[in-house]
Amino acid sequence: MSFNNLDQLYRQVIMDHYRTPRNRGKLEDSNLTVDMNNPTCGDTVRVQLKIEDGYVKDAKFEGEGCSISLASASMMTQAIKGKKVTEALEMSKLFSNMMLGEDIDSEELDLGDIIALQGVSKFPARIKCATLAWKAMEKGVLDE
Amino acid sequence: MDIRAIREQFPVLDQEVNGHPLVYLDSSATSQKPISVIEAVDDYYRHHNSNVHRGVHTLGTRATDLYEGARDKVRRFINAESTAEIIFNRGTTTALNTVASSYAYANLSEGDEIVLTYMEHHSNIIPWQQAAKATGATLKYIPLQEDGTITIQDAKETITNNTKIVAIAHVSNVLGTINPVKEVAKIAHEHGAVIVVDGAQGAPHLKVDVQDLDCDFYAFSGHKMCAPTGIGVLYGKKHLLDSMEPIEFGGEMIDFVGLYDSTWKELPWKFEGGTPIIAGAVGLGAAIDFLNDVGLDAIHEHEEQLAKHALESLRTIDGISIYGPETRAGLVTFNLNDVHPHDTATVLDAEGIAVRAGHHCAQPLMKWLDVTATARASFYLYNTEEEIDRLVDGLRKAKEYFGYVF
Repeated sequence: MSFNNLDQLYRQVIMDHYRTPRNRGKLEDSNLTVDMNNPTCGDTVRVQLKIEDGYVKDAKFEGEGCSISLASASMMTQAIKGKKVTEALEMSKLFSNMMLGEDIDSEELDLGDIIALQGVSKFPARIKCATLAWKAMEKGVLDE
Repeated sequence: MDIRAIREQFPVLDQEVNGHPLVYLDSSATSQKPISVIEAVDDYYRHHNSNVHRGVHTLGTRATDLYEGARDKVRRFINAESTAEIIFNRGTTTALNTVASSYAYANLSEGDEIVLTYMEHHSNIIPWQQAAKATGATLKYIPLQEDGTITIQDAKETITNNTKIVAIAHVSNVLGTINPVKEVAKIAHEHGAVIVVDGAQGAPHLKVDVQDLDCDFYAFSGHKMCAPTGIGVLYGKKHLLDSMEPIEFGGEMIDFVGLYDSTWKELPWKFEGGTPIIAGAVGLGAAIDFLNDVGLDAIHEHEEQLAKHALESLRTIDGISIYGPETRAGLVTFNLNDVHPHDTATVLDAEGIAVRAGHHCAQPLMKWLDVTATARASFYLYNTEEEIDRLVDGLRKAKEYFGYVF
């Protein structure tokens, strides 16, 4: 493996989300808060959502973790904001499939920056970093 | 020590990972296995496999002799007085849980104290938390100095006449601190407490003499000392083990079984319910032979040298934080500023270098260090200074890579 392979993992768009995360912080008027951690490595994430009429009106996250987990949380909140809850869950499923190495081709859903994380699927040890925030969002919505 | 000859004994080291010769710096998690251990397990299954302590057939006798022979190798390895004091089990975690579930539950009550340190592995914290919850005892922690060591003075102040159990790591798996176990044992005994030593990072690297340390219990794992996974040891002083109830009941550990009551075998078998880990014990015996041939003192000296070299060369990297004391066992835990340890470990892996990243099963210690995770390079008898130089190069590349991307 060379640094070219690493580039697949750490594309600039990921580094951009890591360095300047979107939607990081406390969501004051949230009606759903989920804490999740990755017990094997100590990464933690708190996802806060404001859900109204079946829509994700707002989403924010806080947490500690590596570049992949923080960038993924940033992208996740960006992606689901304004979407229907059902669409958010559908995106989460697509994301899981992408981590399993499947090619993702979604006509209906705009995955945006998330596609940049596709390279993570080639690094099995890091998949859990990328899915942490998505799992938190899913758990929160499904437990609701 | 002829490192080249030693490395040839470890087939797994001879491979490329991601296009580079493997540099394995994760022996504190688990050590690699020499040919003699792999062959001993292979030979056992090919020629002698049978259940032990029963039946009159020849293979049964051979398997029993091999299993009990391994027990005597362990006894000599840690200089226990008798094989009755050597209990085989799954590893350090099981061993510590045995002491907690049997000794602690029976001997603790409200007002009693269990004393730990801030540097303990989860395996030497949680069993005591559970015992404390069940008995009403309280937990106390010996504080750490800035450099990650404990002082005898603090041990004296923390251990009181209410203390019944002191549980302490021989060597910290994060800081590399070698604890003054013998001195702490003396303090514990002055207060009528027993001392339980987590030797997971001790026995593989240091000459252990349980009688000299005067520890009451000493727990360690085979897989960190060149033996297979799934075999470990609890040493306990005979009079203590005699007073303790088994925690697993069933075959192998019984003397007479009636409809309403049963009696136990004598030590050590009363603590070995079920078919034991025979092949694992045979492998552990072979590992002990291997380590004795090289010499524990030589291994320790080599690792000290590697740790010294690692500290010196890692310190040449700008923006690195290194945790733990100057004098230490063969491991170094560190962080590169602004690079998360997972990312560091991934970049190193791309260079063929295996290190551990995470909380190292020591979350309270991570909190004390005020970090969520760290990277750790740990060494064993087969590692070289050149490998540490590769680590340093890899870390420079990680810095450069992340600097470039940003």
